[in-house]
Amino acid sequence: MDGDVSNADTTPPDSDPARKRRVHGMLKLYYGLNEEGKTVDQAESLDPCDINGPHFDPEVYLNKLRRECSLGELMDQESCMVKQIRSLDSDMQTLVYENYNKFISATDTIRKMKNDFKKMEDEMDCLTTNMAAITVFSARISGTLQDQHAQITKLSGVHTLLRKLQFLFELPARLNKCLELQAYAQAVTSHRRARCVLQQYSHMPSFRGIQDDCHAIMDKLAQELRQKFRDGGSSAKDLSECVELLLQLDEPAEELCDKFLTHARSRLEADLLGLEAELRPVLSIGPTSVVVPSTGPAGRLSATPTAGSPIDPTSPGNPFLSPSSRTDILEFIDRGCNEFVSSLCLVIASYQELFVNRPQESNLAYKNIPQMAVGKLHAFVDSLAARYFSLVERRIQEEKSVGDNSLLVRALDRFHRRLQAVAKLLPGSAVPSQGTEIVVRAARERVKQYLAALQSFYLDSLTDVRQALAAPRLGGSSAGGGSHLGVPAAGKDALASLPELLSSLSASILNQIKTVLASVHLFTAKDITFSNKPYFKGEFCSQGVRESLVVNFIKFVCQSSRQFCESAVDRGGSTPPALLLLLSRLCLDYETSTISYILTLTDEQFLVQHHSPVTAVTALCGEAREAAQKLLNHYVKVQGLIISQMLRKSVETRDWVNTIEPRNVRAVMKRVVEDTTSIDVQVGLLYEEGVRKAHSSDSSKRTFSVYSSSRQQSRYTPSYTPSAPMDTNLMSNIHKLFSERIDIFSPVEFNKVSVLTGIIKISLKTFLECVRLRTFGRYGLQQIQVDCHYLQMYLWRFVSDENLVHFLLDEIVGSTAHRCLDPAPMEQSVIEVICERG
Amino acid sequence: MEDDAPVIYGLEFQARALTSQTAESDAIRFLVGTQSLKFDNQIHIIDFDDENNIISKSVLQHEAGEIWHISASPADKAVLTTCYNINWSFGALGVQNASESRVVTSSAVWRMPPEWESGSHESPDDPHNSHNPQSLDLLCHLDNSAHGNASCVLWEPMGDGKRVISLADNHALLWDLTESSTQATISSSATLEGKGQLKFTSGKWSPHHNCTQLATANDTAIRGWDLRTMKQIYCIENAHGQLVRDLDFNPNKQYYLASCGDDCKVKFWDVRNISEPVKTLEEHSHWVWSVRYNHSHDQLVLTGSSDSRVILSNMVSISSEPFGHLVDDDDLSDGEDNHNDEKTKEPLQDSIISMYEEHEDSVYAIEWSSADPWLFASLSYDGRLVINRVPRALKYRILL
Repeated sequence: MDGDVSNADTTPPDSDPARKRRVHGMLKLYYGLNEEGKTVDQAESLDPCDINGPHFDPEVYLNKLRRECSLGELMDQESCMVKQIRSLDSDMQTLVYENYNKFISATDTIRKMKNDFKKMEDEMDCLTTNMAAITVFSARISGTLQDQHAQITKLSGVHTLLRKLQFLFELPARLNKCLELQAYAQAVTSHRRARCVLQQYSHMPSFRGIQDDCHAIMDKLAQELRQKFRDGGSSAKDLSECVELLLQLDEPAEELCDKFLTHARSRLEADLLGLEAELRPVLSIGPTSVVVPSTGPAGRLSATPTAGSPIDPTSPGNPFLSPSSRTDILEFIDRGCNEFVSSLCLVIASYQELFVNRPQESNLAYKNIPQMAVGKLHAFVDSLAARYFSLVERRIQEEKSVGDNSLLVRALDRFHRRLQAVAKLLPGSAVPSQGTEIVVRAARERVKQYLAALQSFYLDSLTDVRQALAAPRLGGSSAGGGSHLGVPAAGKDALASLPELLSSLSASILNQIKTVLASVHLFTAKDITFSNKPYFKGEFCSQGVRESLVVNFIKFVCQSSRQFCESAVDRGGSTPPALLLLLSRLCLDYETSTISYILTLTDEQFLVQHHSPVTAVTALCGEAREAAQKLLNHYVKVQGLIISQMLRKSVETRDWVNTIEPRNVRAVMKRVVEDTTSIDVQVGLLYEEGVRKAHSSDSSKRTFSVYSSSRQQSRYTPSYTPSAPMDTNLMSNIHKLFSERIDIFSPVEFNKVSVLTGIIKISLKTFLECVRLRTFGRYGLQQIQVDCHYLQMYLWRFVSDENLVHFLLDEIVGSTAHRCLDPAPMEQSVIEVICERG
Repeated sequence: MEDDAPVIYGLEFQARALTSQTAESDAIRFLVGTQSLKFDNQIHIIDFDDENNIISKSVLQHEAGEIWHISASPADKAVLTTCYNINWSFGALGVQNASESRVVTSSAVWRMPPEWESGSHESPDDPHNSHNPQSLDLLCHLDNSAHGNASCVLWEPMGDGKRVISLADNHALLWDLTESSTQATISSSATLEGKGQLKFTSGKWSPHHNCTQLATANDTAIRGWDLRTMKQIYCIENAHGQLVRDLDFNPNKQYYLASCGDDCKVKFWDVRNISEPVKTLEEHSHWVWSVRYNHSHDQLVLTGSSDSRVILSNMVSISSEPFGHLVDDDDLSDGEDNHNDEKTKEPLQDSIISMYEEHEDSVYAIEWSSADPWLFASLSYDGRLVINRVPRALKYRILL
């Protein structure tokens, strides 16, 4: 039975399934439970009520039914079962019939087969006898023919040999003939065919003779070929044929490569020289007309600086005008591309055809040629390309005018595009990447030039503004004889133009920036081949344009503005104050809107993706604000200083002890008020009003007397009581209550009132300090009283807090009273009368 | 602690002149000269008791006129010079159109009466002791009526009290005093020539180079003079944007000079290279009237301004001790030497140490005490004298 098991296991799965099932059944019988059938059997056998299961127990099933079902159900069940039994019976009958039929037909077939096989056996016997007969005949025929066959073979061998020999003997003559007809190719083929044989039989004198003859002829032929190759005039096809033949003649390939390349080099260098010749004439054409002998390396070296000179940074407006040049860069590059690059490509192509891409022959000598040849080609191309690049770079460097960028970009594009051909021909070459580098360098240089141009434009426009500010003033002062008293109208004309100047200045700067951005944008245009290089996609936009162009320019504006403050402080302020004011407003405008506008514009145009950290808008704004603040502070300082100087001179130069009784307000005070008014107008043109504290109803009428403040009085009491520290502490506290500390040179806010307050503070404080250094007579004091009242009448309206003016003027009058030998103050009513008289 | 709180003293007159008593090295003593046109002027001798934080004062009458500048002899405690205004009036004041009065500034050498010293020593605590003020004894006039108005008088630094320089209008006059200082003779003089009315505003006698150099200020320029030849040796044109108000020499670095002026700046100069200041401070918001180096620790610089502030700055980078105090070997034996090392290695930065705002009016004079290097006085126009100390933390940082 074990054997059966193994049989069953080894039976292929497609064998008779019925048989398999039977074996299964037997195994099950034997083991009770088969290993693999276990689960299935268990699932079946568990239920004795399963009518289809093998463990069906009719008794149990019947009991179960009887127990569980009602009578009706039992009836139904019974009828159903009867029905099933009937159908099963009929099925079985059908099966039995079918099987029976098949069995009968199988029996018929077997019987028929038995008959057929008997017939076939007879036919096979017949065939065997025939075959034997054929073999016998065939042996007999070959026996008879054998002799003749050997003879024929021998004869044909002799014939071939003879033909070969004849070829050999005819070879020298034939070669000579070929040489005469210049059918080099045929000669070479013939010679190649014979060469080995001649080599092999060279010990035989006759063959030796032939070989020598052949060699002589072939040498001559090689000579001729070489000559032809060397002449160079022949077409590329001829050349390549030459090379092909020479190679077949075992000419050393290296030498051939070298020769080919030197030949090509001479032609390419002619192109390069042509290009160089175009560069050279710059020397004589340069507007500075420095005639330098245009030959020799020294002359060539000086070409760049001379070419740079037309763009003189001092000549205003020039950078945007193109200097006349004999050929523009586009033409130059075109010529370079058409002549040099295209012939270079041709050379590369034919060279590769000849040496690199030759069909690989089995000849071992050729194995190393491609590597060697490619190496040589690379060196060749590199050296020539380097020269070409240096020429192109020189030409690009000459391109200093920032007027029309499109020309340069197009030239660069063409340059770059043409190099792609080289890249395709010569995949491993460094030439295209070097070309890209040149483009990148040119772009960088361009950005720098634009920055310089922007900066000089900015400075030029500042000079223009300066002139615009100075021009009307000069006319006015000449009419008024240096005094501003007579020329308020002319002054106003100059002042009125301030906002226009500001707007035109900022508009022109903005325009210029936009123009520059548009020009630079050409570098990244879609149709430009190099615009998809990583540099132009990333670094050029963020570092190049945004940082080094736009951000640097804004920084430059701030910085140059700040320089106005620093340089002018010590040297007496050569900058006109109006310019300071204007610049301050400009910087403030930059802070509030322009910077973010420009940067947004840049970012949008260039789709800057900030890979590297870039300067934030806020930092720039901070810088601009700082510059604006500094400028405004400086403006206040300068204006304050001008008024201070007037006041100081007026106090210092007068003999206050021996002065006469005041009848008028001193002219200086009128001038102070006038100047302040004009400053007020000036500032008002650019800055908003600002907030001020509420005025008292009669500010101008406010009376103030010499001894108005009680603290002055108390300190003045002629008591000799020694002042104890406590006493003064109390005094100082009262003092502190009375007034707040005033910072004289404090930063101002960006509004008119604050600016004016600053200027007036500085002026009045100077007045105070000067007064304290002098000694006054009675009328000196009275004059100061009159002057202060006059200032009081006019200055309060300018400041944020009129109490400040009151306080400072009180101090001045108080200090004067202290410094007075005979303090007899003037009647307030008299003062008012004098002041109103003007 | 409370020790650091400022001590305030009030004079009943306005005052501009302040000096420390240079010859006194034990007591902290300042001299203040008052300015009054109507009453007799006084010199207040302010003694400060450091331990008890108490000020005591004595008053001497200075009848000659209002005091614009005061300077104490470096040799004799009792000797001092003043520059003062004399009001000459020919004809009666108050009569209209007849005022012929003239104001002239003159200078003189004075001696304090001997009684003052004894008196002050007997009862220093009693502030009411000086009810009947004594007068100064005139030793001699530095008679320079021919040379114009005196602006200041300078004693030879650390000298024997025999030589003074007075600056009058555009003249610098070097005086020799006799033993008793009763007579003064001009030994040499220099005159500033130039367009317009030139006038020395201030000056300083350099303690270096064997006291042979003088620095003066006029308008925006600072000039150096060699006293042996009385020739100008350098001139810093446009040292300040506006008037130069005061100068001081670094006591430890011979070529360093500090100046201040109406452009609100304090500048530090190396006189060997005068094209640019070494350093500029811009902390005051109005004219800076006075600048003083501390006598022993020249990184401490004091400035007083008419913005009513006094500023104490720590200019370590240009001081004679740019790397902090060098620790001596003796100090290293100390138990805390490691701690000291750490301190000295900290990089010191130039900085504002503090801003003193006790004054209500313009501060025209400031002075370090000659006895205590950590203490200084400032005087404002309203007659308030404030005595302050260098903050204790900084003091220890410099010392340790």
